[in-house]
Amino acid sequence: MTTTQQTPRPASAGVSAQPADGSAAGADRHAVEFRDVQIAYGKFVAVRDFSLSIAKGSFVTLLGPSGCGKTTILRSIAGLVDITSGQISIGGRRVDDVPIYKRNIGLVFQSYALFPHKTVFDNVAFGLKYRNVPRAEIARKVGQALEMVRLPGAEKKLPSQLSGGQQQRIALARAIVFEPEVLLLDEPLSALDANMREEMRVEIKKIQKATGITAIFVTHDQEEALSMSDRIVVMNAGSMEQIGTPQEVYDTPATAFVADFLGKANMLAGTVSAVDGAKATVALAAGQSVSVVSPRPLAQGAAVTVVVRPQKLSVAPGSGENRLSGRVVSTSYLGGSAIYEIDLGGKTIVRANNAITGRLAREGETVEVGFDPAGCVLLDDKGLRIA
Amino acid sequence: MTARTGDKEGRWAWRLTGFITVCVYIFMFAPIIATVVLSFNSSMFGGFPMTGFSLQWYVKLLGNEQVLAAFRTSLWIAVVTAIVTTAVGLVTAFALVRFDFRGKQILSTLVILPALVPETILGVGLLVLIKAVDQPRTLLILVLGHILLAVPYVVLIVQARMVGVRRVYEEAALSLGASRLASFREITLPLLLPAVIAGALLAFTISFDNTSASLFWRPAGVETMPTQILSMLKISISPEINALGTVMILVTVGIPLIGGLILQSLTRLKRRGEPKEETQ
Repeated sequence: MTTTQQTPRPASAGVSAQPADGSAAGADRHAVEFRDVQIAYGKFVAVRDFSLSIAKGSFVTLLGPSGCGKTTILRSIAGLVDITSGQISIGGRRVDDVPIYKRNIGLVFQSYALFPHKTVFDNVAFGLKYRNVPRAEIARKVGQALEMVRLPGAEKKLPSQLSGGQQQRIALARAIVFEPEVLLLDEPLSALDANMREEMRVEIKKIQKATGITAIFVTHDQEEALSMSDRIVVMNAGSMEQIGTPQEVYDTPATAFVADFLGKANMLAGTVSAVDGAKATVALAAGQSVSVVSPRPLAQGAAVTVVVRPQKLSVAPGSGENRLSGRVVSTSYLGGSAIYEIDLGGKTIVRANNAITGRLAREGETVEVGFDPAGCVLLDDKGLRIA
Repeated sequence: MTARTGDKEGRWAWRLTGFITVCVYIFMFAPIIATVVLSFNSSMFGGFPMTGFSLQWYVKLLGNEQVLAAFRTSLWIAVVTAIVTTAVGLVTAFALVRFDFRGKQILSTLVILPALVPETILGVGLLVLIKAVDQPRTLLILVLGHILLAVPYVVLIVQARMVGVRRVYEEAALSLGASRLASFREITLPLLLPAVIAGALLAFTISFDNTSASLFWRPAGVETMPTQILSMLKISISPEINALGTVMILVTVGIPLIGGLILQSLTRLKRRGEPKEETQ
């Protein structure tokens, strides 16, 4: 990645990143607030123009590919990374000059980072000890925290005697036991195997709900982001691409990057050939035409990209207004549903993910795929959503 | 055919390797064994043949006030050297691994340099320096010299371990509310402990063993064990020297050995199940 890389700056409301209620007087409702934060290492700008308010008690995910700056942002909240300009507040208090050990944050690492020479009890009690909590109280709280992560009675074990999933539970208990103002989770599931990951996903979400703690979660896994978050911040190359609820970012991606990164979107390039009020006809590069509904009138001849989710693309005959004919390249049977890859001609292959109602289309078969004009998102020639 | 010659060659290679190994071990240990065995010889001469078993040389050693003084001198110099060197080496290694600063490369080379420069040169060098600033040779100078000689080894040992202590532990401790000093004391230092103890023991033996540099630096009238042995050798190869040598061997081998055992019991922390960290 280079510093000169330009990311499309969406003009949509999402990027303003103001709280949903839009009020400015909500400072005490914000667990964490970024204002025009920039983080640079020498000439390399890791994060630019980052403004974000995170409501108390919410679960916010920073999602993006490797090197997009999401971990840097998380570490800047913790105080492990110094910001170059702008300001960060935790619970309404500016923390620019507050050292990490006075920030009152809970941090969970990808590699668990349990102290290998300390027992589970001493690990979990660590934060309480430095907050001068009386000894009896520490024992009670540690017991409670271990119960919460469903590992009661593990006090005397060493981290090395626990499995990866158990270690991460202990790490979680250690991070929440002293009731920090915000819980920061840096790809906490990446080191776990697939089964464990799913279990922990549910577990973390449950604990977050039960405690009401504000959680900021960093991941490159869109499934984790979609399933766990109240809001998702999609990051690319040091900038915020979109912020919204999982449904918002999935259904109405603000940029081509978001559409592509979250779920496998079909991106059909074309030009507007006819306009009729909100409706327009787009001649696809693949050779066929589709009609779409645009939030604002389109200019004839404008280049647009029609984004259709695989779930919105139906292979069943007679469904959807837009009919595109193609040949099935591959069929993956998944039990309840099937994923088709369909060649529309002109080197355009689309994916369709349908629940199986009737017969399964076979490879080589010619089929019609359809989608609703309202079931797609339109991007302009800069890759920004037309809204 | 080729396989058979190969086997034959392999067998010969094995025999040769075995033979050379045995030779090397004999070469390494024969002098030590000879010294130890001869220290119990009742003969008046410090060499073979053995004429009988006797502890008289040890008894004589205990009555030799010069030898005892030299032993005491060496012991306390070695202890002071070990303590100071370990502290200095620990801090240096920590700085070299954890912090980025200007001239870090130069510093890390400079720190190792005393281990690379021939000891005689260092000995003369320090002596010339002392003369240049018109200072007398004192015990302090001798101790400082020993520290100079031992620091590189401690730094190297601690540095190697420090690289293995992942920064994430310190970050976790800091995030939980421990100050930098507290997180060093509670997390980093315990994880470094094996290297710290190993470094201290090595520093002790380096100091206790040192001969050539000590010859240059010791104040007039002060003998360390090695210099004492040297001056005794000038007179005659007395069997007493064999006994003294045996004591030296006992100290320089025994102390690290005991340390190693303590270490083992301290670091009974199995390190299974530590995940590999994915880099961002």
